[in-house]
Amino acid sequence: MKSFTVSKAVTALMLAGLVLLPLYSQASGNVFILTLFTRVVILALAAASLNLIMGYGGMMSFGHAAYLGIGGYAVGMLAQEGVGSGFIQFPVALAASALYALVIGALSLRTRGVYFIMITLAFAQMAYYVASGLARYGGDDGLTVYKRSDFSGLINLGNRTQFYYLCLACLFGVLLLIWRIVNSRFGLVVQGLRSNEQRMQAIGFPAKRYQLVCFVISGMMCGLAGALLANNTDFISPAVMYWTRSGDLMVMVILGGMGTLFGPVMGAVVYLLLEEFLSQLTEYWALIMGPLLLLIVLFGRGGIMGLLGRFNRG
Amino acid sequence: MLLVVEQFLNGLQFGLLLFLLAAGLTLVFGIMDLVNLAHGSLYMMGAYFAATFAAWTGSFLLGALLALGATLLLGIVLEMSALRHLYGRDHLDHVLATFGLILFFNEAVRLIWGPAGLALPLPAWLTVPVPILPGIHYPAYRLAIIVVALLVALLLYLGVMRTRIGMLIRAGASNREMIGALGINIKLLYTLVFGLGAALAGLAGLMQAPILTVQIGMGENILILAFVIIVIGGIGSIRGAFLAAIFVGMIDTLGRAFLPNLLRQVLSGAAASTAAPALSSMLIYLLMAIVLVVRPEGLFPANRR
Repeated sequence: MKSFTVSKAVTALMLAGLVLLPLYSQASGNVFILTLFTRVVILALAAASLNLIMGYGGMMSFGHAAYLGIGGYAVGMLAQEGVGSGFIQFPVALAASALYALVIGALSLRTRGVYFIMITLAFAQMAYYVASGLARYGGDDGLTVYKRSDFSGLINLGNRTQFYYLCLACLFGVLLLIWRIVNSRFGLVVQGLRSNEQRMQAIGFPAKRYQLVCFVISGMMCGLAGALLANNTDFISPAVMYWTRSGDLMVMVILGGMGTLFGPVMGAVVYLLLEEFLSQLTEYWALIMGPLLLLIVLFGRGGIMGLLGRFNRG
Repeated sequence: MLLVVEQFLNGLQFGLLLFLLAAGLTLVFGIMDLVNLAHGSLYMMGAYFAATFAAWTGSFLLGALLALGATLLLGIVLEMSALRHLYGRDHLDHVLATFGLILFFNEAVRLIWGPAGLALPLPAWLTVPVPILPGIHYPAYRLAIIVVALLVALLLYLGVMRTRIGMLIRAGASNREMIGALGINIKLLYTLVFGLGAALAGLAGLMQAPILTVQIGMGENILILAFVIIVIGGIGSIRGAFLAAIFVGMIDTLGRAFLPNLLRQVLSGAAASTAAPALSSMLIYLLMAIVLVVRPEGLFPANRR
């Protein structure tokens, strides 16, 4: 039996809260909180996928929001063309994200450091402009998804509670997958590459190939989040892919704790709730949020998870 | 012919403006190893300051000068209060902290100046068209931008390559411990460099202000362009930034001007008019991707350690 720690307790509490949330929503009649948390769960999924390459793989992607858009547009465009079945929409969203990740990953991984940050950003901006140019699918104004993905009676995405649990199940599934990946031989190689690429190459691992596969897996996970997001908002627009959205995802990961399994989930919950809380408090919420981020970077090393860990030792 | 010359000059002007922004960014990156996303905010502040001061004083030039001083001061304060503590930290920390600063500046501007944009009217003597070639006129203000930016580029080059301060800056870029050990006040030097970068961004912002509206978020799109430029040019290299800035300015402007017509030759009218804006926006990112794939360190990598 492993020892009890504060961070484990807080994580367990948070996960239990996420599972029980619809019950609270139903009991209190507060529908808004369920809608808010559906968004939180979806973006937590996206942040977790970014954490896989950023936290474990050391690949600082500043263009992760592109996958949100690609997954979302896959759903939106297929719905527009009369293909409403989720059994087609979701696989297409995943495949499109994987293809995009494969191409830009193969190109971007030739660079490192701040150049990698910038080239992933540039590709995401390209995706943003492509989406803005899609006149048939709304262009700049975006595309309304009139009908949510249809899973032929298996699950009804129009039902708030069912949709919430679908998103939560996706999040847990992805977290489980990340946990398995990180502890597999493959995951250990990717983490080894983060610490010392030359040494890993000297042992005989094809560095780029491992990183690329990891990059593609992460992209697919985020594409899934995008497909869910389009269903959640019934709408998809290029704004989802704007670079500040990629920044948001990065903030969530770092805020929660990079390279920890549950950190990004924690980060997403705290970041989005803080945004919600501050925006109710004052119209100028970013005035507080901005300096807060600065302070977190300056003093909060290792994010919330790091903070909780310190709590335990002290 | 008229259109070609005009667009060519527009491209040059835009490129030089981008250079002012990229020069500060690349100086700060090359010397302090700091990724400053808030550089675009300084550009925006320069424009807002200029619009405000010009309205107060009633003079465009006086307003511009005051705004230049104000952004210099703002940069110094920003460096001393926040960014100084980020030196030596991970690049990711820089991205995050300065991302927070962008949020702060955008919101602060909204609070102070309101959500609507401002206009910075030009004095009459800058609005007249100037004949540059027989039969070809070009707006005086855009010519003025070209001249000022070229002058600043020259001064920057001379300052960095020929003066004692410039020598110290270059020395600090190649080995910061050594120059500190030689008794140079490296903290002060860094603050000065950051202030200089801020003033350059402010200059770019206030010069662009009469052409575009002064509005919130104006610094963000152009910041990405500046980053593309320093990545293409090689981070830390002023010469690389200069050439890449002109290149990007030209490609962006000429692409926007001529791509729609070119596309119309191959595609149907409707398809061309929808595809052209997206394609011309993509051009520079495409260029950057190609450069990075061929030369992962940029075209003119600075010699760093």
